[in-house]
Amino acid sequence: MEQHAQVLIGGPWHQRIPTWRDVVATLLVVAIVILLGSGAHQMIAPLITTQQARISLSPAALPVYALRTTLRMLAALVASLIFTFIYATPAAKSRRAETVLIPLLDVLQSVPVLGYLSFTVVFFVSLFPGTSLGPELAAIFAIFTAQAWNMAFSFYQSLITVPTDLDEASRSFRFSGWQRFWRLEVPFAMPGLIWNMMMSMSGGWFFVVASEAISVGNIQVTLAGIGSYVALAIQQRDLAAVGWAIVAMTITILIYDQLLFRPLVAWADKFRFEQTAALVVPRSWVLDLFRGASLLRRLGEPIGGAVQVTLRARLALPGKPRWRPVFALPRRAADFAWFSFLLAGLAYVGWKLAQFAEPELSWGDVSIAAGNGVLTLLRVAILIALATVVWVPIGVIVGLRPRLAEKVQPLAQFLAAFPANLLFPLAVFLIVKFALDPKIWLSPLMILGTQWYILFNVIAGASAFPSDFREAAASFRVRGWRWWRQVILPGIFPYYVTGAITASGGAWNASIVSEAVNWGPTRLNGSGLGAYIAQMTEAGDYPRIALGVAVMSVFVITMNRLLWRPLYAFAQRRTRLD
Amino acid sequence: MASPANNPIIEMRKVCKAFAKPSGELLPVLADISLSLGEGEILGLLGRSGSGKSTLLRIAGGLIKPTSGEVLYRGQPLSGPAEGIAVVFQSFALFPWLTVLENVEAGLDALGLAHDETRRRAMSAIDLIGLDGFQSAYPRELSGGMRQRVGFARAIVIEPVLLLMDEPFSALDVLTAEALRTDFLDLWIERQLSTKSVLLVTHNIEEAVMMCDRILVLSTNPGRIAAEIPVPLAHPRNRLDSEFHNIVDEFYSILTSRTTESIGAQRKIHGGLAQPLPPVPINLLAGFIEALASSPYDGRAELARIAGALALDIRDLFLIAEALHILEFAELQEGAIKLTAAGRVFAQSGIEERKRLFSEHLLQFVPLAAHIHHVLSEREGHLAPRVRFESELEDHLNPSDTEKTLRAVIGWGRYAELFAYDDDTRTFTARSLS
Repeated sequence: MEQHAQVLIGGPWHQRIPTWRDVVATLLVVAIVILLGSGAHQMIAPLITTQQARISLSPAALPVYALRTTLRMLAALVASLIFTFIYATPAAKSRRAETVLIPLLDVLQSVPVLGYLSFTVVFFVSLFPGTSLGPELAAIFAIFTAQAWNMAFSFYQSLITVPTDLDEASRSFRFSGWQRFWRLEVPFAMPGLIWNMMMSMSGGWFFVVASEAISVGNIQVTLAGIGSYVALAIQQRDLAAVGWAIVAMTITILIYDQLLFRPLVAWADKFRFEQTAALVVPRSWVLDLFRGASLLRRLGEPIGGAVQVTLRARLALPGKPRWRPVFALPRRAADFAWFSFLLAGLAYVGWKLAQFAEPELSWGDVSIAAGNGVLTLLRVAILIALATVVWVPIGVIVGLRPRLAEKVQPLAQFLAAFPANLLFPLAVFLIVKFALDPKIWLSPLMILGTQWYILFNVIAGASAFPSDFREAAASFRVRGWRWWRQVILPGIFPYYVTGAITASGGAWNASIVSEAVNWGPTRLNGSGLGAYIAQMTEAGDYPRIALGVAVMSVFVITMNRLLWRPLYAFAQRRTRLD
Repeated sequence: MASPANNPIIEMRKVCKAFAKPSGELLPVLADISLSLGEGEILGLLGRSGSGKSTLLRIAGGLIKPTSGEVLYRGQPLSGPAEGIAVVFQSFALFPWLTVLENVEAGLDALGLAHDETRRRAMSAIDLIGLDGFQSAYPRELSGGMRQRVGFARAIVIEPVLLLMDEPFSALDVLTAEALRTDFLDLWIERQLSTKSVLLVTHNIEEAVMMCDRILVLSTNPGRIAAEIPVPLAHPRNRLDSEFHNIVDEFYSILTSRTTESIGAQRKIHGGLAQPLPPVPINLLAGFIEALASSPYDGRAELARIAGALALDIRDLFLIAEALHILEFAELQEGAIKLTAAGRVFAQSGIEERKRLFSEHLLQFVPLAAHIHHVLSEREGHLAPRVRFESELEDHLNPSDTEKTLRAVIGWGRYAELFAYDDDTRTFTARSLS
C-alpha cells in the first residue's frame, strides 16, 4: 500500500536498526502464535472415558481457561466471515437466490441460539466420538450462530447498495468477478461488517460461556473454559470462584478489544465511503505500533505483497465481458419453475416435520408452550419498559455532556459485551438467601446484559444531537417535560429504537438461561418459555425442545414485524430533514 | 445525422432506450439517436437534465444496453464494456480505500498486466496529469480538482482510443474547472494522449464551445438530437472573441426555443395536466423577478449575461426561466427572458398582493394545480390522497419527473394558499375550509 509508493520514489525514510516497537510487536506476534498453537493442540486432545475436562477452581487455572474461551470466539469469527462471503454474495447477485436466502436469514436471526444448542451438541458429539472436537465444534457453532446472521445481512445490504458510479467504473475497467469482489465489494462493505462483527462479539461471550458446560439428557459436556469454571463454582456454591471468573472475563474482554477490535476499527477507517475527512479518526496503539515497526513491516511485506497480487489478479475465465446476463429461459417460465421447486421443497420439509412431531406432540403441548411464551413476552415487555424509563433519561443526561459521555460510553459498551450469565450466581445467591419469589426476581436477569444496548445507543444519539437545535430550544425557553417531549426524545428516537431492538432480542435469548437457574442443589424455576426450553433440554426431550424453540422464534418474529420494524421505519422517516 | 468522418471510432444507428415503469410500460428516454464520432474529434452532447445525455454516454461505453438500434465501435458491434474505452465520471468515482497510485493502477490490473509494467505506466500517467507527489494520498485527502485529476489519470493510463467524459468539470468550482479543462486541452492539442476521440457530455454551453469540434443538442422527453452545430474555431479558443460569443448566443437561442416549444407541446397533450413542472422554490422565482425588473435589465435580459451576473448555474437558470414562462410571469425569446405585465406587477407588489396574483396564475396556467383545486372542492371532506395525482402523472411522466412535478405544485400551491398538503398522511386538503 503506502509503502510501495515510498519505495518507488526512493522514500526519505529507510530505517535499518530495529526499534523498541519492533521488539514489542515481535513479542506480541510470537506470544499470540504460541498461545494459539498450544490452545489448538489441547482442543483436539482425545478425551478419556467421558466427554469431560477436569476443571479446577483454582484462580491460577483461569488464564488458560480464558485463552480457550477466546480461541473459540476467534474460530467462530473466522467461520462467520467465510459464511458471510459465501452466503451473502449469491443473495445479492441473483434475484431468485435472494427470494430464499434473505427471508431465511431473517428467520435464523430470530431463532434463540441457546434453544438449539442441545441439537448441535448431540450432532457434533456423534460426528467425532471419543474426542473433545465434537463439543468444541458445538460450542464454536453456537457462537457462530450468534454472530453470522447479522454479519451476512450487513454484507448483503452493502452489496446491493454499492454506489452506481463505482459500479460503472469497475465495469468500464472490465474488472473480473474476483477483482470486483476484493477491490470494490468487500472494501465497500467493510465498515458495516466490522461494526456488526463487534456487535456479534458482544453477544458471543454470552453464548460461549453458556455452551461450555451443557447437559442434554444423559450427555454431559464440559469444555475447559470460563463457562465451565463458573458452572463448577455454582455446583460447589463457591462465590469466591465466581468472583475470580468475573475478573478473568473482564480482563479478557479488555485485552480482546485492545488487540483485535481497536486495531481493526482504526485500520478500517480508510474504507469509509464519505469523501470528507473524519472529525475524529479512530486510533489504536497496537496498529500504530505495527505501522511504526519498520523491521517487522519489511518482514511482513512479502506476505502482504503476495496477498495484494492475489487479490489484484484477474483470475477470470476467458471470455469478453458482456451486457448483464440474460437468462436463457423466458423470465416467467424460469420463475415458475423456481417457485414450484421451492414450494415442493417446503412441502417436503413440512411433511417430514409433521411426521417427526405427530407421535410425540399434541395440541396441548403447543398451548402449554404458547402460554409460557406469553409469560416470557410479558416479562420482556415490562423489562424493556423499565430499562427505557431508567436508561433513556440517564443516557440523555450523559450524552449531552461530551466529557462525561467520553468516560461512560466505553463502560456501557463493555457492560454490553460482558456475559451477564457470569453474574447470575450472585443474583441467585441473593434470591436464595432472602427467599424471594423466583417468578418475579429471576426476571431482571433476562435484561441484565442487554439493557446496556439501550444506554449506549441513547448516549450516542444524545451526543449526535445537533447543538443548534439545543440552542434554539434554549432560546425559545422550551423547558421541562415539553423539552423532553418535543426536543430531545424525537432527536434520539432512531437510536433508542436500534438499542431496544437489540435489547429485546437479547432478552429472549437470555430467558433460556435465566428463567431456570441452579445454586448448588437448589433449583429456582421462574417458569416461562425459557424455563420450558431449559427443562426439556435437561430431560433430553427433543420434540419439546424443538417446539419451545419454534414457539419462541414465532414470538420474536411477530414482535419484530408488528412492533420494531414499523417503529424503525417511522423513526427513519420522521427524523430526516431532506 | 450524417458525419464527415470517414473512419468513425463509434457510430450509433437509430439507438433507442426505454426504461420500464413500475406498471411494466416502457418509458422512452432516448429516441432514434444516430451519430458518428470520427478520429481526432471532440464531440459534445449538450442538453438539459432529463435529456438522456448521460444515458447516451453509457450506451457508448457499453455500460447500458440500448433497447433497440446498433452501436458500432471501430466497425464492430459493441456488446458490453470494450477494451480501449475509458470513462471520466462527474462524481470522480474513485475508490476511497485505494491511494492515488492504486486507483490509477486499478484500470491496469483489470488488463492483467505484469506488476512492473503496471507501476511504470501508472507513474507516467500520474506525471503527465500533474499528480506527482500525491501517489500515496487517499482521495478523501484531496481537493475536488485533484480528485478529478486522479479520475483523468485513471482513464488515460489504459491508453484509451475513446474517452467518454460525463460532465467531468461540473462538480468543481469555476476556477478549478477552468484549470483542469485547459490542462486537458493542452494535452489533447499537443497530441500527448493516445486517445483518438472524445465524447463530452455537458450542460455548460461555454464549456462545450470551448472544447468541442462539433456539438449535438439533445431535446428532452424523450431525448432526440435537436440540432448539430460545428464549432469551427481554432484552439486555443478565447472566451472574449466575438465569434466565440456568437456561437454561445446561438446555443442560448436554440435552447430557449426548444424550451418554449416543449412547453407549448406539453400544454396540448392531455389538457396540459401532465406537464412536467420544474420544482423551483418560490423565493428563487420572486428573487429572480425582482432582479429582472430592476436595472440594468429593466424587465429584459440576455440569459447568457444574467447567468453570469447572478452567478446562477445554467441548469438552475433554465429551470427558473421555464417556471416563469409556464406561469406567464416572463417570456422566453431568442436567448433572452422578458417580464410580462403580470411579472412587472408582481415585482412591485407586497406579500398579500403577490400571493393573490400567483394564485390566479397558478389556476390559470398550471392545469395540474387547477385540477387538484377542483378535485378538492368537489370531494366530500375536501381531501384527496397524493397517490391519486401521482398515478395520473405517471401515465405520462417517469417517476422522477412525477416526483419533481408534485414537489413543484405542492410548493407553489402552499404559497398561493390554494391547498395544503400533509406529508405524514400523504394527502392534499383544501385550504378554504375555515
